[in-house]
Amino acid sequence: MQNVVSVKNLSKTYSNQFQALNNINLDIKQNEIFALLGPNGAGKTTLISIICGIVTPSIGTVEVGNYDIIKDYRKTRSQIGLVPQELTLEQFEIVYNNVSYTRGLYGKPPNPQHIEKILKDLSLWDKKDSKINELSGGMKRRVLIAKALSHEPSVLFLDEPTAGVDVELRKDMWEVIKNLRNKGVTIILTTHYIEEAEAIADRVAVINKGEMIIVDETSNLIKSLGQKTLTIDLHETVKTLPESLKNYKLTIVNEGLSIDYQYDTQSKQTGITSLLQDMKEAGLKLKDLNTEQSSLEKIFVELVKEK
Amino acid sequence: MNFYAIRAIYFHEMDRMRRTLFQSVLSPVLSTSLYFIVFGSVIGGMIPQIEGVSYGSFIVPGLLMLTLLTQSISNSSFGIFFPKFTGSIYEVLAAPISSLEIIIGFVGASATKSLIVGVIILITATFFVELEIQYPLLMLFLLVLTCLTFSLFGFLIGLLSENFEQLQVVPLIIVTPLVFLGGSLYTVEMLPEFWQNVTYFNPVLYLVNGMRWSFYGASDINIWVSVISLVAFLSICVAGVAIAITKGYGTKE
Repeated sequence: MQNVVSVKNLSKTYSNQFQALNNINLDIKQNEIFALLGPNGAGKTTLISIICGIVTPSIGTVEVGNYDIIKDYRKTRSQIGLVPQELTLEQFEIVYNNVSYTRGLYGKPPNPQHIEKILKDLSLWDKKDSKINELSGGMKRRVLIAKALSHEPSVLFLDEPTAGVDVELRKDMWEVIKNLRNKGVTIILTTHYIEEAEAIADRVAVINKGEMIIVDETSNLIKSLGQKTLTIDLHETVKTLPESLKNYKLTIVNEGLSIDYQYDTQSKQTGITSLLQDMKEAGLKLKDLNTEQSSLEKIFVELVKEK
Repeated sequence: MNFYAIRAIYFHEMDRMRRTLFQSVLSPVLSTSLYFIVFGSVIGGMIPQIEGVSYGSFIVPGLLMLTLLTQSISNSSFGIFFPKFTGSIYEVLAAPISSLEIIIGFVGASATKSLIVGVIILITATFFVELEIQYPLLMLFLLVLTCLTFSLFGFLIGLLSENFEQLQVVPLIIVTPLVFLGGSLYTVEMLPEFWQNVTYFNPVLYLVNGMRWSFYGASDINIWVSVISLVAFLSICVAGVAIAITKGYGTKE
């Protein structure tokens, strides 16, 4: 498939000497949903800001649709829509004017039918005459998406589209993103939620401290990162593990009142059933169970160590 | 040329004026009218004629300039600083627009706002003092040139300011004193010789006198010196803004 965005040997050092990106190479294919994963401060926003023209690269080149982002900035930028991380909107302007303004900035003649369609698709039509400061956080984020789509871009960048958004709205947002892809738009999103990448992305890149650690199909990555922890709370404290449980990856925590069990969600057998059976036979009385996905930070630490 | 972008920025900025009509138009008109009432009608009646015109009429060009300068600077500095402050500048930077198009949009809107205020002030002045404009075309030329020049200057201030304090410092600490001490309310001849010489270093003196000449055909400074000074300052502002925006000062890292 044809590459829509091509990043070559890209580095960025800010004026305060902070190196945000270090020799990034990346190709994004047409019509895919691509997720950039990384902890806060990893360089995700800097990378997309460079591609969109907000930040100037120190070294390297970026092409969008085979055009250079600096030499042919009009051609590259007119193909791109950007939804920023922060809710940066003119608070006293009404929704409709806000969205129309962006279309104008991108050099497109007014098209009320298109603006109406976008606002309806994003369930914002009944709020078209509302001022931005009268909207909820979720609606403001949708206004940002409407603005980014106002000039009919073929590549859409979403910087942390679901940060601080509740579960229901997050799923709505995923639907919006999938629908856009179905209409032929290439989507690049940044996130630090692994489940978000898992739910919608075709491919994932993991970035940390300005370096690209891994780029892979989402399914492959999830497989390698799918560690979970089962925490078993006990009625009575244990000091040592019974002999029959030595074969499990167990750790005594919470001063002996809990036991942690590490398992792989992708494996055919997680071992949970037999563990609970063996615990019962060993005479341990269970009080509560709780599972937790390995935090992304932990996964990043592991990945960084590996590299 | 991305005309749609220029139009979008221009009308977006003009829309801000509509939303803040009191602050943008009524407030400067009201405060200038107070000058006309106090200095023109009340105190002016006790002051003899200057250069053949009544004191009330004499101060109109100066007060007009005072308002144009402060309004132009404040309109455009705020116009570009506000999106920087809210973060919404991102879409201007990410759009397929050249630096020149950004400047035309923002500065054009700011100059238009000042021009509207200037015209309203002139009309208001006729209610309080006798007004005569000997060279209306020259007056209009100076009016437009001043609005453009100081809108560019304000744009530069807004571009380079990192906070609200910096945004206010130049207009309050430098521009207002220069205008008051630049012969807006008196002729240079009224000053002792030492202060006359000092005043010749005040650039605003040349603007105020240029405007006064277009009204009454008389001023402290030759009209051509005034026009050349204004064009020179315009060139400096154009160069300053061009360098700042091309290098990305205050907007791009």
